[in-house]
This record gives sequence, C-alpha cells and structure tokens, in this order.
Amino acid sequence: MYTDKVMDHFLNPRNVGTIDEADGVGQVGNPVCGDMMTFYIKVKDDRLEDIKFQTFGCGAAIAVSSMVSEMAKGKNLAEAMAITNELVARELGGLPKNKMHCSNLGADALHEAIRDYKKKKGEPLPPEDEASEAAGHEDDEPD
Amino acid sequence: MRRVYFDRAAASPVHPDVLEAMIPYFKDNFGNPQSPYTEGGLALEAVGRARAQVASLVGVEPGEIHFTASGSEANNMALKGLALARRSKGDHLVISAVEHVSVINSAKWLEKLGFKITTVPVDSEGRVDPQAVESAITPATVLVSVMTANNEVGTVQPVEDIAAVCRSRDVLFHTDAVAAAGNIPVDAARWQVDALSLAGDQFYGPKGTGALFIRKGIKVLPLIDGGVQEAGRRAGTENVAGIVGLGQAAEIAAGDMESRTAPLAALRDRLIDELPERTGHVVVTGARRARLPHHASFCVRFVEGEAMVLSLDAKGVAAASGSACSSKSLRASHVLLAMGLDHATAQGSVVFTLQAGASREDLDYLLGIFPPIVERLRAMSPLYTEFLKSRS
Repeated sequence: MYTDKVMDHFLNPRNVGTIDEADGVGQVGNPVCGDMMTFYIKVKDDRLEDIKFQTFGCGAAIAVSSMVSEMAKGKNLAEAMAITNELVARELGGLPKNKMHCSNLGADALHEAIRDYKKKKGEPLPPEDEASEAAGHEDDEPD
Repeated sequence: MRRVYFDRAAASPVHPDVLEAMIPYFKDNFGNPQSPYTEGGLALEAVGRARAQVASLVGVEPGEIHFTASGSEANNMALKGLALARRSKGDHLVISAVEHVSVINSAKWLEKLGFKITTVPVDSEGRVDPQAVESAITPATVLVSVMTANNEVGTVQPVEDIAAVCRSRDVLFHTDAVAAAGNIPVDAARWQVDALSLAGDQFYGPKGTGALFIRKGIKVLPLIDGGVQEAGRRAGTENVAGIVGLGQAAEIAAGDMESRTAPLAALRDRLIDELPERTGHVVVTGARRARLPHHASFCVRFVEGEAMVLSLDAKGVAAASGSACSSKSLRASHVLLAMGLDHATAQGSVVFTLQAGASREDLDYLLGIFPPIVERLRAMSPLYTEFLKSRS
C-alpha cells in the first residue's frame, strides 16, 4: 500500500531526534487522530542549519516527517515555508488517499517551528497553515 | 527470511481436507441444488450434508442453519431480519459496546428506521455484565445481541448468563459467534440462544462463507428476496462448493478442537507473559482467562500500531492492529476505547492470532524481534520523550 520511497523513509528515517538548544520548535497533531509530530530547528543566517524531528504515528507520518526534514535542510526560511504537504507527498511518490489528510502534516510542523523561531526573534509571523487545524476525521464519516 | 503468520483472524489457508472436499463441486458436481434432475440432486445432497455438519458444530438442528456469504451478512440478517419481523411488538434493541461493526452498523441502520438502541458498556477486560443487559431491557425491547467472543481483544462473554436474562424477560437473544465458533466449544442449544452467527474463514474454511442459526419457529424478515433457497429466507443460488467447504471445516473443527487449540493456547500464554515483560510499558488487552485460545492482544505505549505492523512485516511477521492509522476509517478501535483506554494507548494496539502449526520457534522469533522494533519507534516518539522527561 505504500511506495518504496515511503517504506525507505519509514524504515530509515533521516534526521530523527531532538535539539536541546533549538531556535524553534513546532508541534502538530494529537493522539486522537493517531499522529503527532515535533520539529526542532537550528537557524543560521536565515538558513535551516539543522532539523530534527520526533513522530508518533503510522508509517506515512514517519516517512513524511523524514522527507520534510530532508527537503528543508539547508534551505532559507522563505523556501522552507514554501514546502507544502502536497509537495512532500509527491516527493514520496504519493500517499494512500486516506493518509493525505491525517498523516501528511510534516510541512505544517516545520512551519510551526519556523513561526516559533520568528516569534522568539520578534519578527513578523508568516501566515498559519490551514490544514493543521482540520486534522480531525469528522468529515470522513461514512454516512 | 522466516515468515511468521500471526494474523489468522484476518485470513488463513483452508484445511487441505476442506479444499479437497470442495473441488468436485467446482467440476463434475457443478449442479444447482434447486434443479429436479440428477446433477441438482447431488448438489442438494451436498448442501444438506454441510448443513448437518455446521448444525452439529454449534449443537442445533440442520433446519435451523441458514447459509450466508459471510459472518457480516449473518449479523446483518440477524439484527435487521429479526428486529424488522418484530416491529409491531417493539422498537428497542440492546447491543454491547464491543460488537463487531457489522452488528453496530446494522443497529445504526435500524435506528434510521425508528428503532432505539441501547449500548451496554463493558469492563476494563471488555466483558459485558449480564446484569447491565437486564437493566437495559425495556418492555419495548425485541432483540439483544452480544458477541460470544471479541475479535479484537479475545474476551469470551458470559453468553449463557446473558441468554438466561433474555429468556427470563422474553426477549430474543442473538450472539455473534464469528470469532468463537470452531475455536471454542459453542452450544447454541444448551446456552438457549435464539440466533447465532458464524463464519467459515475463522476455522480454516473458505472465505465468503457464513451461517446464521435461527431457532425453529422464530420469524425473520429476509434481506435478500428472490427464490426459495434457505427456506425462502435468503435467496440466491447456493455457493455449493463454499458451503461444502464450510461444512467440512465445521466437522474437522468439532472433532479436533481440543488437539488443535491446546498447543496454541500454550503459545498464547507464553506470548502474553513474555512480550510485556521483554518490551516494557505494554498493556495486555482483554481477559486473561476467559479468552480465545489463539488470541493475544496488547497496547504498546508511546508507539503507534501501524508502524509496529509495518516494522514486523519488514522482519517477516504478519500481525494486526486496531489503531486509527491501520484502519481505513482512521478511527481508533471502538473496543479499546470502550474498555476505558485513552486514545494514545489505544493507538499502540497490536494483535496476534496464532494459527495451527505455529511453533515455539515462531514465538521465539517474534519475542526476539519485537523489543528492538518498539525501541526504534520509541526513540522517535515525542510521547516517549515527554514520558522520560516527566520521570527525570
């Protein structure tokens, strides 16, 4: 059901961990929906010098987090903010339809970390992602 | 690589004797049981034999067995067919909180037609209290449905006591015995239940076969209208080969039950003892004693079920999970939530159902690979990091 690329990122995730003195921390998801992601970033000269993440969730959630960390590392903040959940899914060769909504929140978590960094610095905040709020399942009700 | 298949509740190979019994009914004995000539007669005889074999497995008369295409269909037929046939007598049903979705969703369907449903809670082991069923019964109650054993946590219900409660209140009682029949002794006549569902694929019979016992004299409204098959209660040309396979599987299960399940129960006990001990922060779900002999289920804290299932698969082990992410509906198991587990814990569900031939070596292998799999997933779990911080 998952692409080889998803399975590779799930079984060998890149950039797993935490950063003690992180410049920004972002968290999305909750245990009700089954996926939680925490991203830690180190910023130097407007670039993502280091990214680490921790994810509680299914194969897709872990693969998505890993892929986002890989896509964003070394990018400047504006470039990182332009990474969308859809781009991440595409980069992974696609995700099952029922995983697009709930597990595909890696970009949102990264953006939260960047917002956290900007808040600490007193810089103007980039706009919030819309999807992260609506990560429940109520609209998937079968009837 | 070694392949260990511990998800028999999802699927299992048919018993070789079952397959052998079925094959002639795809080939030379292809007749339609309703045809009045020789080929039809042979098929009719085969279906009759299977009906007797299935009846014998659950201790009832052959004429009380109705073949269906699945356990889910049998449950639909029981809930909808029995409730609708009794609509003039009342409009209230009682089910338990841990029923299979085919029972729960049939009840919801009846709710849309105006029936009222009471859902009886369960205790932390997933057991239904017969007293709670009794309190839920009202003068308008026409049917109670409580499963014989739960497919997700293995708990065996006090069905005989619940049946007695229903009888004393003059209310029909149906039990979904899909997970139980063929695996533990099921005696519908002694238990005095009025209707009982079973499925062939749960005891090494073919997929797509099921049966509903309905006690003689009880009216049921057919869900599939058409010809005279199954006494006019379930129309459609009989799946003769499938029915023959179901019958053969029932006969083997009845004869070999003890010798088949005892070795699995021993492995199950070891799994339930050792997996939590070796892994840490693991909850055994379901009852310890009153439990299906082939069933071991757990919630592993701080990790998610589908991630465990995929990791196990990568190491050669097939297992199931009731986590939201492993279900297509993206909902955590209603059974685990009904037992009082919180969402985060329920997401760590992993279920092993052992099949005949499972060996000590298979179990050793699983017990060896499981702790490192969990350790790897915990190392990347923010919930585990939080937990460690809260302790330090």
